[in-house]
Amino acid sequence: MTAQPDTPVPVGRSWTTGRLAEVDHVGERLVRIRLEVDERTDHVPGQHYVVRLRAEDGYTAQRSYSIASDPVEPLVELLVERLPGGEVSGFLHDDARAGDEVELRGPIGRWFVWTGGQRALCVVGGTGVVPAVSMLRYARRLGRADRLTVVAVGRTWDELPYADELAASGALVALTREDRGGRYGAPPSPREVAPLADGVQRAYVCGSAGFASFATRLLGEVGVRSDVVRVEQFGATG
Amino acid sequence: MPITRGFTGRPRDERPDRLPPGQYDAGDQWPVLTAEPDGDVDLTRWRMSVDGAVTTPSSWTWDELHALPGSSYDGDIHCVTTWSKFGMHFEGVSVDLLLDAAGPTSEATHVMAHSTTGYTTNLPLDDVRGGKAWVVWEVDGAPLPVPHGGPVRLLVPHLYFWKSAKWVTRLELMTRDRPGFWEQNGYHDRGDPWLEQRYQGDP
Repeated sequence: MTAQPDTPVPVGRSWTTGRLAEVDHVGERLVRIRLEVDERTDHVPGQHYVVRLRAEDGYTAQRSYSIASDPVEPLVELLVERLPGGEVSGFLHDDARAGDEVELRGPIGRWFVWTGGQRALCVVGGTGVVPAVSMLRYARRLGRADRLTVVAVGRTWDELPYADELAASGALVALTREDRGGRYGAPPSPREVAPLADGVQRAYVCGSAGFASFATRLLGEVGVRSDVVRVEQFGATG
Repeated sequence: MPITRGFTGRPRDERPDRLPPGQYDAGDQWPVLTAEPDGDVDLTRWRMSVDGAVTTPSSWTWDELHALPGSSYDGDIHCVTTWSKFGMHFEGVSVDLLLDAAGPTSEATHVMAHSTTGYTTNLPLDDVRGGKAWVVWEVDGAPLPVPHGGPVRLLVPHLYFWKSAKWVTRLELMTRDRPGFWEQNGYHDRGDPWLEQRYQGDP
């Protein structure tokens, strides 16, 4: 584990206002929001924003969401999964509409970031694909798609966020509960991932705690050294 | 600050006084958040050490550490990702005991906690002495699980939980502050949840 960031990565230090420009329900429990950000600091793929909602009496609730957009896109794109009893995700999924304002702070994080220099492999699952989507869009724009390989894991095609975009960008889409395109429903195997791990200088794992533990083990099995693996986990365990 | 149209939030009377601003009660859940693969630990070779600006650099084996007078913490913990967990019970030893053995010099002002994974976090010395910090190996009556920092983690419950370094093996006394891992990556040097010191630039 290297504690130093590779290059100076900007972080937003103060709160600003974000206006919801687009609110799209892209799955049963998934909403994609695109925001106009007042005082915007350009992000680096892998960073996140804190979204804070403020009620009329001043009560607030805040959560962090990874950024899906490329830094040059005019709107900042976040993907929000509706969690059971989720105070922020529930509002964004059920009540939010274009024109609404939220408070934003970001971009945040200098660890789980890819600046395009190193040959990288992402193993991401479920809504954990979001930072990899930002990395892919960025890599394509810079003509560096050859330096980034993504393994995206979901239960079914319909449940996996950005499945079409990921596949079109050359990601290995591994569905665990659906047979598709000649691949049987199963987690990605060492045999599938080993050829993608050749010469990898950096690996990114993002997903639930259970997924992250599966993915770091898989990377170890295909010969990726643990000190080049960066992990971002979310969700709860008992 | 803009009001978000239509947002009312959870009923206010459900929000206990013990919950710091911007936090929610995680209930039975204990989320796992780690930046690197879990640490691997061989207990026969494991050591806990205190060094740096001290008069007597000291270290303890697994058995030696367990032979010290025990100390426990009953109370709440708060993660910067906004979950808090109430009524935790941790067992271990007080950091005071380890510091007393090593004897910080009069110039020592800060501590860097180091983990087997290379993770580091910096703390003001006064935040880890005076009964405010522990190294712990048991939670709620069971050995501390590896994903939660087992076999031994630092516990500094009055600060955000990234300061409670998992898989801790070394406390380095320093004569000036130096940022640790998350602190270099944009997080606050102190991390008081009651002041919402989440990121660099917060009060």
